[in-house]
Amino acid sequence: MHIPDGFVSGPVNAAGYLVSAGVVGLALARANKSLEDHQVPLLGVTAAFVFAAQMVNFPVAAGTSGHFLGALLAAVLVGPLNACLVMSVVLTIQCLLFADGGLTALGVNVFNMGIVGGVLAYMVFAAIRRVLPKTTWCFLFSAGVAAWISVVAGSAACAIELAVSGTVPMRIALPAMAGVHALIGIGEAAITTVTLSAVLASRPDLVQAWSGATGVAATAEARV
Amino acid sequence: MKGRWWLFILAALAVSIVLAGLLSPFASTSPDGLERVAADKGFIEKGEGGAVWKWTLIPGYELPGIKSGSLSTASAGIIGTLAVFGGAYGIARVLKRKRTRRLEE
Repeated sequence: MHIPDGFVSGPVNAAGYLVSAGVVGLALARANKSLEDHQVPLLGVTAAFVFAAQMVNFPVAAGTSGHFLGALLAAVLVGPLNACLVMSVVLTIQCLLFADGGLTALGVNVFNMGIVGGVLAYMVFAAIRRVLPKTTWCFLFSAGVAAWISVVAGSAACAIELAVSGTVPMRIALPAMAGVHALIGIGEAAITTVTLSAVLASRPDLVQAWSGATGVAATAEARV
Repeated sequence: MKGRWWLFILAALAVSIVLAGLLSPFASTSPDGLERVAADKGFIEKGEGGAVWKWTLIPGYELPGIKSGSLSTASAGIIGTLAVFGGAYGIARVLKRKRTRRLEE
């Protein structure tokens, strides 16, 4: 879903940079206020895992592949705003080191994958979780559904940007992007729930959405 | 318990390096969702003007100078995983340190 240079018009890219800079700025300010000791390496390793898992493209249909996004997983692990920071680091390094995603489109890419895929999808996750019983299975189910939505919503945002840029008409872009990403989203849901259940089984205190606020237990432990 | 905490971080980092170093050469090379749509709907050439950023060291996840495709992808993956870990860790560390200093003043 990484948009290269040239797909999206100047004004749309500028708007993408503006909105993303605002949200990333907010995330930095929040992290500056409330980041705990134990979260420092956790942010690093979450970003590393997202990057590594994104490299493993899986086939979804004849001649088409998809890859993990990881924004919702990161949001459940470290909180939505920290996830936005994690995704920004991943996308910036992919752009500068690997030519994956254009530099002019970095703003819209952070918007689609960090803000829509991370922050907004996390709100969906929180809403689903609120109405379901507080069990592990329901937690994983909420994450799986929100992970699917994160990919489809991110691709829809991408389609809208392409359409507004005049690259391809909306009635063509939107169903095509959402259609193929509805398939990719199934892989996203699977990887997200499997990874989350592994972390929940070994260190449930590290899953911010599970253990509450900032993982008080882990903080106390790390300070010993 | 500090030891076990770092054990978890190291284990997760090891899993990431295995994904990037051992599994990535077996990844599907087909175009991804956006590339497929761009090719099918006829706007892929809009992205062929080349990247604006000219200093990519490892374009397309293939480390230059290594002949074997899988080895070059694997090393690109490991370098990227460590770079991303360092980047996110570094930013978090700086934010955390600024806060600690403020609290001490």
